[in-house]
Amino acid sequence: MLKAIELTCERGGRVLFQGLSFELRGGELLRLAGQNGSGKTSLLRILCGLLAPTRGEVRWKDAQISELREDYAVDLVYLGHAPAVKDELSAAENLEIACRLAGKAVSAPEVAGALERMGLARKDVPVKKLSQGQRRRAALARLVLSAAVPLWLLDEPFSALDAAAGKGLEDLIARHVAQGGAVIYTTHQEVGISASRTIELAAVA
Amino acid sequence: MLAAARCLVHRDLLLALRRKSDVGTALLFFVIVASLFPLGVGAEPNLLRAIGPGVIWVAALLSSMLSLARLFADDHADGTLEQMLLGAAPLGVIVAAKAAAHWLVSGLPLVLIAPLLAIQYDLSASLIGVLVLSLLIGTPVLSMIGAIGAALTLGLRGGGVLLSLLVLPLYVPVLVMGAGSVDMAAAGLAPDAQLLLLGAMLIVTAVLSPWAVAAALRISIE
Repeated sequence: MLKAIELTCERGGRVLFQGLSFELRGGELLRLAGQNGSGKTSLLRILCGLLAPTRGEVRWKDAQISELREDYAVDLVYLGHAPAVKDELSAAENLEIACRLAGKAVSAPEVAGALERMGLARKDVPVKKLSQGQRRRAALARLVLSAAVPLWLLDEPFSALDAAAGKGLEDLIARHVAQGGAVIYTTHQEVGISASRTIELAAVA
Repeated sequence: MLAAARCLVHRDLLLALRRKSDVGTALLFFVIVASLFPLGVGAEPNLLRAIGPGVIWVAALLSSMLSLARLFADDHADGTLEQMLLGAAPLGVIVAAKAAAHWLVSGLPLVLIAPLLAIQYDLSASLIGVLVLSLLIGTPVLSMIGAIGAALTLGLRGGGVLLSLLVLPLYVPVLVMGAGSVDMAAAGLAPDAQLLLLGAMLIVTAVLSPWAVAAALRISIE
């Protein structure tokens, strides 16, 4: 499904990685490993099309992602470092808006169900009154509603989560992979799911 | 596609509603700047009538500048801008929705309160009508041109000052036509030419600016 061909990324005059090629098929779980500053986030941003690689290309179903644009965007969920929730809006409002912008209309019961699944009881409180971990949960609730989206790109999804929420996220990822979806994630923590492959970025550079 | 645009306008209006002080500040700024001039130049009716349209228009330009810096900055900081770039709707549509919401929040209130300020300058009812009409056509142009500047200066340090330097010169044609239409009417002539030119600017920026902003955003976000 997803193919990276000879990717090279230079940021601020420094080569983060070069000649990186891999292919990801449905049902695969890929972990990006490496020290801070080794280019994990840059690679994820290249893979979702937010950043143009210095050289090389990313192909989705045999077409270049820079040409697919929105057609590719509806096939992926990218959750970056920033949780992408608005402080003034409640978790439920945030989730509904995020889904609508991604082109998926959701009903209020679906939204409530997803937030409950992530263990977020205070659905109607502005997010600014929630803790860092609860904010993360609010952002991750989008994954519950994104089972039909084939590709998940997750940047440090486990950060700020407690054990229970981390376990819930592991289950979500495992189920998505079992259903034929593909997931690429980065993490510094020990997690209870085993990646089918790991790319060690420091080794590539 | 339009559902995404509607959703975004709705979101930005909701955010404005929960952050009332932001909207209030820009509006109050407009009122204060436009009220300073009669106090400063004295209560000479002929002079006030002559400078009134220009002063109100300049105050509108400055007030609309005030909220521009945050047009994309907040969304950039909390990561929602990235999600918009990865949304199902083309970025141009998303950007047009952002500009429309910006106008509803910071442009439309100026248009509505302008008649009150015009009274300070002793403008006649018919002149106030022309002033409001010119602001109604002109302020959306300010939001759309401003969005280009906001996208280009996104993430730069001291972006606010740069934004003013970048955008204010581009506002000049709108100012000339907007204030000019009221002057024309005050001289007893038809202001049609100026208003039509303002309308033409509105159409051209509505068609072209979303794509320019989209291109600028893609560069800024890298």
